[in-house]
Amino acid sequence: MIRMTTADAIHLALREEMQRDPRVLLMGEGVATKRADLVRDFGAARVRNTPLAEAIIAGTAVGAAASGLRPVIDLLFAPFLAYAMDALINSAGKLRYLSGGQFEFPLVTLAMTGSAWCVGAQHNHNLEAMFVHAPGLQVLMPSEPADFKGLLKTAIRDQNPTLFFTDMALLYQEGEVPQTSEHLVPLGKAAIRRVGADLTLVSYAKTVAICMQAAEQLHAQGIAAEVIDLRSLKPLDEATVLQSVRKTGRLIVVHEASGLCGVAAEIAALAATQAFDSLRAPVVRITGPDAPSASSWALEQAALPQADRVVNAARELVARGTSGSNTNLHIA
Amino acid sequence: MTATDSHLRLRQLETMLLIRAYEEQLVELQRNGAPGTCTSVGQEACAVGVIDVLESRDRILTNHRSAAHLIARGADPGRLMAEVLGRVDGYCGGRSGSLHISAQELGVVLTSTIVGGELSMAPGVALAQKMGQGEPGAITAVFFGDGAACEGVFHESLNLAVQWQLPLLFVCENNQWQAFVHRRETMADEAIASWARGHGLDTQRVDGNDIEAVQTAAKDAVAKIRATGRPQFLELVTYRLRGHFEPDDQAYVDAAELKHWQSRDPIHLLREWLLGAGLADAAAIRAMETRVRARVADALQFAQASAWPEAETLTEYVYA
Repeated sequence: MIRMTTADAIHLALREEMQRDPRVLLMGEGVATKRADLVRDFGAARVRNTPLAEAIIAGTAVGAAASGLRPVIDLLFAPFLAYAMDALINSAGKLRYLSGGQFEFPLVTLAMTGSAWCVGAQHNHNLEAMFVHAPGLQVLMPSEPADFKGLLKTAIRDQNPTLFFTDMALLYQEGEVPQTSEHLVPLGKAAIRRVGADLTLVSYAKTVAICMQAAEQLHAQGIAAEVIDLRSLKPLDEATVLQSVRKTGRLIVVHEASGLCGVAAEIAALAATQAFDSLRAPVVRITGPDAPSASSWALEQAALPQADRVVNAARELVARGTSGSNTNLHIA
Repeated sequence: MTATDSHLRLRQLETMLLIRAYEEQLVELQRNGAPGTCTSVGQEACAVGVIDVLESRDRILTNHRSAAHLIARGADPGRLMAEVLGRVDGYCGGRSGSLHISAQELGVVLTSTIVGGELSMAPGVALAQKMGQGEPGAITAVFFGDGAACEGVFHESLNLAVQWQLPLLFVCENNQWQAFVHRRETMADEAIASWARGHGLDTQRVDGNDIEAVQTAAKDAVAKIRATGRPQFLELVTYRLRGHFEPDDQAYVDAAELKHWQSRDPIHLLREWLLGAGLADAAAIRAMETRVRARVADALQFAQASAWPEAETLTEYVYA
């Protein structure tokens, strides 16, 4: 293990995969400028600066992926993906299906999002659920440097088009990362960050740490929270979530993205449809508001789910789930 | 014109007649409730003239108006028609229908019905060729229309192809119609080629209904791409003789303009030229027409006999 930042873990994953497979190439706004060592070691043909034109960067990646290359594109900030939607959703996501399986699109799209840098809503927009909703695409959003490395490497080797989101707040956080160039984290496998029997906290990206803080505070109050880091939003590890909910009977889903039709809604529906009899209290969602992200640090923090909200919700759930009042949830 | 040329033109006429007969059959089916299509009636010379100068190693991207490109490339009308009817023997197993048919085996890849989608993907296909994927020396040809040229990604695509020196042939079939809007309502100039020149591309603008003009220009452009590795731009001035999407009564089309272009039907022009030059006689052309009608009848029979995809295969092919 070696200690490094998320940014370094991403860079290492790119370097190792470019070393391993000559078909891997990197394209985007400033990738050659910012990753000069990759240009030096792998050549300018494989590390390409592009015009500020997301639609053609993504479209070119789609065409290249179907023609034998394995592109990774860096579109910088998640809201810029709006310009790339046709290539990602209509082409990468649909043309395997519409062609009856004639083409595959092994491509990875990198984008940053999340509050932290006070950049406002046109650089910070957690729109991961939009891509979860689009068929044919995979969506990853890790929380720890080791997973940034391991999941990115797996995504680059995978045959499906993948959106890989980096929460800006995590970019310079450090963690222990396996040194081996075969550190691969499987897609669709959640990580249980903390084991507990009283309630389940499900989250991903930076709000995993918030759930961990909340769990620590709850522990001091005699409540044992289990914390699940989804890491992969699509494919989704339903089994790990359901197993935990069936054990604890209480579920809180926490994420920074707005709640309406979001990942938390899907997790809540999963629990309601497949673990209903285990639920001892209603599912709670703690999410960002249905509002663009403000630039002001104070408003960024106000939008972000905080540990005290999670703690308060957890205490209410535990009180409710042990007082017998949950019977009203099972009206026949 | 040499004997080889006359043989070539006769073969091209037969291909154009096959495309026409195939699409007229589709129109007929659509009158009886089959899924609609965007036909390439009137634009056959563009497809045949360009595709005839490409080689099997080359790659083609097309769009919603794709039947002419596919048949010119040698697609089987039966499998095409099966695809349009949503049957299992179609090129895409019935997933595509008429709008996004691709056939990897023919090198017709990544068809997009999103206007401009083909332009967004084409540089990537050419980049892969440039970086050693596929056969050496291969190029990519992307077919699109004046409608796609009004999309922003048109300019992004041309700019990138020039800057990265991609082996890419842009083929703009300027058919004067952008769905239900005439080109004159959407563009200050009638030419697309002037935009392409602005991006630093070599351009040729020729009569898209004159197959000899199309082929000569295409041959020159393809030779330049193979020699230099740089992209070329071809604007073929043509006209969409039928509506945007069948069925379409074309009530919005100026009758005089339509009549003018009907008189310049590319099949009519080639037939008259062959007859006038004494390179074919009326009986030979009638025999051709009989052959293509028989092929289309066989295609229809094949397509209608083909099974529907099984419901349990609904979600196959979504993920690798």
